[in-house]
Amino acid sequence: MKITKARLFAFAAATAFVTIAHQALADELSIMASGGAWQDAQRKAWFEPFSKETGAKIVEQEYLGDLGKVKAMVDTGNVPIDLVTVETATVLQGCDAGILERLDYSKIAPREKFLEGSALDCGVGLDAYGDVLAYDPNVLKEAPTSVLDIFDTTKFPGKRAMRKFPAQNLEWALMADGVAPADVYKVLATPEGVDRAFKKLDTIKKDIVWWDAGAQPPQLLASKEVVMTTAWNGRIQNAIDKDGAPFKIVWNNQILEYDMIAIPKGAKNPDLAYKYLAYISQPENNAKLASYITYGPVRTDAASFVAPDALPKLPNAPDHMSAYLVADTEFWGDYGEDLVKRFNAWLAQ
Amino acid sequence: MLLSPYPTTGERIRITLLWLWCGLVILFLLVPILIPVPLSFNSGAFFIFPLEGISTRWYAVVLGTQRWQSAIGNSLIVAFGTTLIATTLGTLTAIALADEKFPGRRIVMPLLLSPLIVPVVITAVGSYLFYARVGLASTYAGIILAHTALASPFVVVTVGASLTGFDRNLMRAAAISGAKPVTSFFRVMLPLILPGVLSGAAFAFVTSFDEVVVVQFLASANQRTMPLEMFIGLREKLSPAITAAATLMMALSIVLLVVANLLARRSQRRPVAAA
Amino acid sequence: MSALEPTKLDRPRIARDRSAADAKAAKSVTAKLRRAEFGDRLRSLMLAAPLLVLLALSFGIPIVLLLSRAVYDPTIADALPQTSQALRGWNGTGLPDDAAFLALAADLRDNQAKGTAYELAKSLNARLPGARSQVLKTVRQLEGAADKPPLEVMKGVPFWSAPGTWPAIESGTHSVTSFYLLSALDLRWNADGSIGKVPPEQAIFLQVFLRTFFVAAAVTLATLILGFPLAYLIASVPKGLAAILIVAVLLPFWTSILVRTAAWTVLLQKFGLVNDLLLWLDVADDRLDLMYSRIGLIIAMTHIQLPFTLLPIYSVMRTIPPSQMKAAYSLGAKPFTAFRRVYLPQVFPGVMAGSMLTFILCLGYYITPALIGGASDQLISNFIANYVNVELNWEMAAALSFILLVFTLALFGIFARILGLDRLKLV
Repeated sequence: MKITKARLFAFAAATAFVTIAHQALADELSIMASGGAWQDAQRKAWFEPFSKETGAKIVEQEYLGDLGKVKAMVDTGNVPIDLVTVETATVLQGCDAGILERLDYSKIAPREKFLEGSALDCGVGLDAYGDVLAYDPNVLKEAPTSVLDIFDTTKFPGKRAMRKFPAQNLEWALMADGVAPADVYKVLATPEGVDRAFKKLDTIKKDIVWWDAGAQPPQLLASKEVVMTTAWNGRIQNAIDKDGAPFKIVWNNQILEYDMIAIPKGAKNPDLAYKYLAYISQPENNAKLASYITYGPVRTDAASFVAPDALPKLPNAPDHMSAYLVADTEFWGDYGEDLVKRFNAWLAQ
Repeated sequence: MLLSPYPTTGERIRITLLWLWCGLVILFLLVPILIPVPLSFNSGAFFIFPLEGISTRWYAVVLGTQRWQSAIGNSLIVAFGTTLIATTLGTLTAIALADEKFPGRRIVMPLLLSPLIVPVVITAVGSYLFYARVGLASTYAGIILAHTALASPFVVVTVGASLTGFDRNLMRAAAISGAKPVTSFFRVMLPLILPGVLSGAAFAFVTSFDEVVVVQFLASANQRTMPLEMFIGLREKLSPAITAAATLMMALSIVLLVVANLLARRSQRRPVAAA
Repeated sequence: MSALEPTKLDRPRIARDRSAADAKAAKSVTAKLRRAEFGDRLRSLMLAAPLLVLLALSFGIPIVLLLSRAVYDPTIADALPQTSQALRGWNGTGLPDDAAFLALAADLRDNQAKGTAYELAKSLNARLPGARSQVLKTVRQLEGAADKPPLEVMKGVPFWSAPGTWPAIESGTHSVTSFYLLSALDLRWNADGSIGKVPPEQAIFLQVFLRTFFVAAAVTLATLILGFPLAYLIASVPKGLAAILIVAVLLPFWTSILVRTAAWTVLLQKFGLVNDLLLWLDVADDRLDLMYSRIGLIIAMTHIQLPFTLLPIYSVMRTIPPSQMKAAYSLGAKPFTAFRRVYLPQVFPGVMAGSMLTFILCLGYYITPALIGGASDQLISNFIANYVNVELNWEMAAALSFILLVFTLALFGIFARILGLDRLKLV
């Protein structure tokens, strides 16, 4: 008898945990973001003020970059998150796959007030960031002048880090191979163009350390594991401003992109989620993030609200716009999946 | 024993070389696990010797910040849940299997041990896909169930070993004296095999407490355990807090496993250690 | 087997005593015995049942379901019921008739209405590169031009009339498929029904399997070179000293893989201790890149696996009396000859057990390659995880798991056959 009781107790205890885990209060908003300095900034700029204003409690989760988990949640109808921050390519993929809710912009903000390409069917822009090159001047005596210098192993020998993802890398590879920025996506849409990009990447493949989380590039530079790395500008600026790291950012040939936020299908609290989206899409709130991490607003009318000392560090500051490329969301929506596949096969070889 | 009574020069050289080689191997074995200990008491933020100074600031981070605290709490919930279920069910199964009349013992035993052999990624992916379908993904119960599969073989083996020294006639004597089976289990058998059971429990606890692959697939942010927090930290932000967490985890496993092995030694048979 | 024994024992007695009454009594005793036996067996089954059921639910079923995904993928068949019907009479060469095109158009529309078009596109894309965008494009066209006849839309997209498209669709309509298992070995069905290699830019898995075997073999060899002498030393020195030495082996053994991998990521850094040591010893001119490299991975895995190789060898060595070697010497054998002819054959089972155990465990490594290996040092387990988390291609993950599991179990079967399961107990 006692044994059975013990066993029953074990199961009861286990099920009790489950129920605790599933208790969600009505005015609780569960947001999954991708962690690190960016999530810290969102907390200060948006989570906490929103919480104060509405009384809603924000539960933060961390996204480990695996859409698989979100898909599994949606597939099984057990969606414990109300909002998830994602990249543009993921928004398109998730939209097609039916993982993300189609947004009703009447509940958020006028769609035409957003920068072009930052208000998508299934995701609304949070900020604009730049894919840049970063290095430590104590290690590299000669300063690189363009992101494309990452392909120059004779002038800059040593390991370099790039993101474990085809987007940006293929564009830079083509530009380094002499394709004009305006033609990059045209060339990349052809099989020959893809081959050409991979061939260019081949020339530095053995020198590349791959990163997949945004917090890694500053880490790799700090431990001197690499001499230069591609990075999201805010993460590097953050290491410079907050940790006193001696890093430098190379803006020339940066690629401009938008961070997005989306509602997964079957989210338990869509009304509050829309309330949050509306809140952060107000121009003065949208501009607030720049004070905590150097990412620019996505509202066309928000620039005047950005704190003046943050302005020159933003990716779309005039000084940083001498040569740049705007990431083509639609291209990556169409070709992304095949290119990711090809890229992963290439990595494995 | 190494040297013959009248060692030749060649023999002396050989033995010296053997000692030298083994000394290096022992350094190779021990230095890496001891390195995190001094680093965890470093007052600076880098992994560089010499240390900048001695401080417990990284332990304050691990034990004091909400993120690590909840990870430790989750680890304890999962490990205790796993230990409870694996020890109870594993002991019962070991008792059943100790009976030679148990049908199909030869088939059941390898099946019970198979969680140790199947590559853990396969176990993790399999349970992830299945548990998501039945609503167990992202729950403590799901992680505890999966960990029970990984931990119960240790209990079955340890308790089984202690049962080989157990005289079954004692149970018969108890039955003849009128004791009910349950009474005789608790009054006669359990006290005798208790070291084996506790040792199995310690193995189960450590197996669950150290596990990271299954957790990586099954846990959502709410169930992050200490090893998962470490794994993420190792990938993203290498801070000395990780060495503090590693030192704590290492201390816990070593203490528990020393106890487990002493207990196993005390139970009837030769000590059983397991992977 | 055991249930019959009492009856067998009883039989001579029954034969001796022909009294009917006695025979009857004996029979009832036999029956009682049998019933008691049955009860015993039932009870022990009942005792084991909870764990067995729990293991079946938490471990057995998940793995069987996962593996079944490697050969069973009903996505396309479910999404294209009308097309499967229409293709039934098709001989597999050239293009099918217009009915098939119309059926496909109708199926595509249905999928769009149900919201499963993307799932279909993705699934078809796994078999037919480029199909994803074509499916979505066609769906959009079918929707956008309601007045245009569907056949015209279908014929207007060249993809649907390309060679290779329809055979792929046709093979997709069979739920039971060998596609993923073949892909996991870099193979595919050719148009003519033979099995051939996939194009080189898609061929990755054989390489990864070979890499996994290479790393496992290198680690096994390294642990043997490091572990064998130490095992010999521990087995030869007096008991007290041996106890101290064995602790040096057990301490790392009891520390988790993650913690030891963490220690190695600290050690292998560019400005970590290993590089400091190499510079100080003047072995290397410059700091080496040990993190994210094959050599770093092998060093860390060797450290983790060393006790697994060493302990079985040691447990055999300590059963060999030293007097044997002395006898060999006294009979005039040279040290090396004595070692090779007398000692080695006896410790061989231990060496086999240790190295096979390490080899098998290395095949499933995941954490250490993920943290210490570079992109070209990822082992098969890392690919399985990647297919689940990043590519969302669970069928491919299942097929790779299937092959990894077959290798592991086969090796383990050999291991158990040669050495017996009890050898698995260590120390």
